[in-house]
Amino acid sequence: MKGRSWVGDVLWYAGAIALALWVLAPIYLIGLLAFSPRMAVYRWPRPLLPLELSVETMRFFVTATGTLAATWNSIVVALFTMILSLILGAPAGYALARFFFPGREAVRMGILMTRMFPMAILSIPLAVTFIRMGLYDTPWAVALVHTAMALPFVILITASVFTAIPRDLEEAAMTLGCSPLSAFLRISLPLALPGLAAAALFTFVISWNEVFAAAILTLRQRTLPALVITVLNESPLYFRFAGGFFMVAPALVILLIIRRYLFHLWGVSGR
Amino acid sequence: MGNGKAPEWLLPLALLAPAALFLTFFIAIPSVQALQLAFHSSSGSGSLEPFRRMVSDTRFLPALRNTLILIALIIPIQLVLALTMALIAQSRRRGAGFFLYVYAIPLAISELAAGLVWLAIFTERGYLNVILHGLGWIQRPVIFLSYERPLGILLAVVVAEAWRATAIVMVTLVAGLQMILGEYWEAAEVFGANLIQKIRYVVLPLLRPSLQAALIIRTLFAFQTFAVVVALGGGVLPVLASEAYNWYVGAHNPHVAAAYALVILVLSAITTGLYLRLLRVRPEELGR
Amino acid sequence: MRDRRLWTVFSLLLALLLACQPAATPTPTPTAAPPPAAPSPTPPPPTPTAPPRPVLFLSTQLRPVEEAEKMRNVILKPFGAPVEFIPEDEGPFHDRIRAEIQAGKVTVDVVGALHGNFVTLLKDNALEDLAALMERLKDRPMVSQFVELGKLGTDRPYCIPWMQATYILAINKKALDYLPAGADLNALTWDQLRQWGENIHKATGERKLGFPLGPKGLIHRFVQGYLYPSYTGAFVTTYKSPEAVEMWKAFKALWEHVNPQSTTYDFMQEPLLAEEVWIAWDHTARLVNAFKERPNDFIAAPVPAGPKGRGFMPVLACLGIVKGAPNREGAEALIEFLTRPETQLTILREVAFFPVLDIPIPADMPVHVRIEGEAVVKQSRAPDAIPALLPVGLGGKAGEFNKVNRDTLERIVLKGEEIEKVLQEEAANLQAILNETGAACWPPDPPSTGPCTVR
Repeated sequence: MKGRSWVGDVLWYAGAIALALWVLAPIYLIGLLAFSPRMAVYRWPRPLLPLELSVETMRFFVTATGTLAATWNSIVVALFTMILSLILGAPAGYALARFFFPGREAVRMGILMTRMFPMAILSIPLAVTFIRMGLYDTPWAVALVHTAMALPFVILITASVFTAIPRDLEEAAMTLGCSPLSAFLRISLPLALPGLAAAALFTFVISWNEVFAAAILTLRQRTLPALVITVLNESPLYFRFAGGFFMVAPALVILLIIRRYLFHLWGVSGR
Repeated sequence: MGNGKAPEWLLPLALLAPAALFLTFFIAIPSVQALQLAFHSSSGSGSLEPFRRMVSDTRFLPALRNTLILIALIIPIQLVLALTMALIAQSRRRGAGFFLYVYAIPLAISELAAGLVWLAIFTERGYLNVILHGLGWIQRPVIFLSYERPLGILLAVVVAEAWRATAIVMVTLVAGLQMILGEYWEAAEVFGANLIQKIRYVVLPLLRPSLQAALIIRTLFAFQTFAVVVALGGGVLPVLASEAYNWYVGAHNPHVAAAYALVILVLSAITTGLYLRLLRVRPEELGR
Repeated sequence: MRDRRLWTVFSLLLALLLACQPAATPTPTPTAAPPPAAPSPTPPPPTPTAPPRPVLFLSTQLRPVEEAEKMRNVILKPFGAPVEFIPEDEGPFHDRIRAEIQAGKVTVDVVGALHGNFVTLLKDNALEDLAALMERLKDRPMVSQFVELGKLGTDRPYCIPWMQATYILAINKKALDYLPAGADLNALTWDQLRQWGENIHKATGERKLGFPLGPKGLIHRFVQGYLYPSYTGAFVTTYKSPEAVEMWKAFKALWEHVNPQSTTYDFMQEPLLAEEVWIAWDHTARLVNAFKERPNDFIAAPVPAGPKGRGFMPVLACLGIVKGAPNREGAEALIEFLTRPETQLTILREVAFFPVLDIPIPADMPVHVRIEGEAVVKQSRAPDAIPALLPVGLGGKAGEFNKVNRDTLERIVLKGEEIEKVLQEEAANLQAILNETGAACWPPDPPSTGPCTVR
């Protein structure tokens, strides 16, 4: 803070703004297209500014059968996935980071290998499994698969987080009379929270955007991507943009809501 | 550690078991079932026919080549971008939090939507041409996504993927940075290190666990994503994942699709192994 | 400081758990039956007229959001009983039916899909024999070739004709200025189309012909039903014939005037409306939006003819009942309803798919339906017409067969590989599929006793 040069400030802001524009420009365009009149998306030159707006396609899309129910399903699935994969993944990540046992590297590699198989190819065996389990066409089935998809990454991220926390601290706490559990809860866990938050966010995003498992495991209880995928593939351009934007919008709001918690954890205050 | 009576391996086992069982049941077993298909012909007898068909297919080698080229091009770009964004977000200047939020936005964009928006930019009557035309640099729209210039399509895909998937790397790095910045950074500042030196000698070494995680995640994803490539390139720029999908869904041939899946699996395993080795985190380094 | 962090996380988790709860209650132990369904999952039908639970109708047709809503809110309205119409991509469609059959627990009642999809469904043992239902429908004036196709090469009806479509040309009126002298729009030849594209190319500097070569484009149908029949009079048997070599040379010449971005085009209505192309070949359902949005700017025309005639491909969509469907009665009632003449005309009016019944079309149809309808009729009644069927008898290999056709075109036209070599290699791939499935030749190829053979 002290003695920071204005040159540094200018460079920092210039870089920060340039990167922000790079990220935002396509978002702006998809929003613009989603709220343009039908024929504007075909015009040459396409308007770059929101001079004529229309909610017609967007309204049709939002009121179309199943859109809102699917949005709700997606939220439920994503939250359930987030919680379940943290409950299962964080202890495993901790074990990989803290303990040395024979075959540790093999376990780590084995866990990662489950994620090296393209999910799209697993749809039939998974669907058969879930039909037999009686979980077919429920948000829970999708959440279970999404958890399985996110789990390797959650383990990987949490392991990297716990690895970076010096174990001396925990050991010191234990020599001072803490049990291993309370040493963990009081020392390592708070330090690891930023990483756990990142893992949770990560999981949410994986689940929110996942298409293949959601499309095959649901029929009436569609998630948003499963519902929108046909729109994105098959409908005229203006509906595709509406669908694309509609998938982005709720996630933006959710990111915005959890932003304060998240940034607090990451030590970035939302000034 | 392990001052209780239970054997030392019991605790890690108990911590790992639920996740391992879950993954075995939902992913490993179905994957093995699916992979067996690669070693059977469609009549059901054991055979290497699916591999023969895959290798002899006119798109196999281009798909392999394109996949490797794209990964080699995209991942370093994303790493640099993500690290820059993460460092910007860690600054104590006003607005850092806002920029972090903005940089995280592409997290919310699905592959399909990203393909859609970048197609709207690069297509013949798309926004890029609108801008170039508006600036008076071109007379009539330039066709960027022409099969006659695969390089143009390749570059478009690199740009779109760098945009779409950098956020996921950044989030992992921000979490890692948060833990090392502060004292170390300030110490380096006290010693008069410049930005490059700080990054080279402080950030990168300490960030290694997060970097490793971010690289592995990103690469595993990169081997499997294809919606953006397909949207911009059609059949001109096949990649392994799109071919696996086409064989599975388009050609209804799960056998050849499984063979492709096996190739993806092997390549992913090799790269992950490399990352684990090259960016090895030695316990003694962290026993600070 | 750290305590505060902990609390934040706990409160966050708590909030998340609470947010989950409302959804947790309505589906306690999920069964196949959806929450809003009738009280008991398999009740004995109390009244024969009103099916007790909604008919689940899974369809690969009418997927675009507007068409799906028209189906739900207009076409199915007069049916009276509840129908859940769920459009599904072809891949998940087959995966789902296969998974339900494998697991022995079927939820889907009626399937609506292309004739080719039904062949795959039959191979998965997923279809009910509908002879009894067909008997009840025998007073409907169904086009007899379609009824025959619906038997899928067996002697039982499995797929009941539902709607038909075909592929035509859509033309921006701006292109008409460049029409080659002496060319008749309703009786073009492929050579004239090339000349037309060349005229436009020379005058404007832009390549304005377009084909759907994108990942979801239907270019393989072009190879199967349009290019080969027009130039060689057949398809499989003449795959690597000298005529085929000449044909590919001619098509490569035409391709010089095709927009090189065609590899991203799935539905030609998009580049037509954006005016990236002026003349395009595609499925009627994938062009209709151009005629609907700007009926004054676009015209439709029959496809061009080659030396052997005017190859074209009628497309049939069918209805069927899944084996073990939970609501068989409702399913049969729905199929009966959808094949009524008045429903068929509603379908034409609302979503522009043509009837499978031999019935007069009233004059009050919307403009876009009239534009397409005229071209379709002219095309099928052309004196030199060569109707080509979709590949028959390939079962689950139909998709792979399409891939071979697409690969052939891409290698010759996009990559510029040597025509004879490509035809040799791809013909071998084609033959391998035909031998494996034992598929006999289908029109326009002459009938064969064994598997169809490339000469």
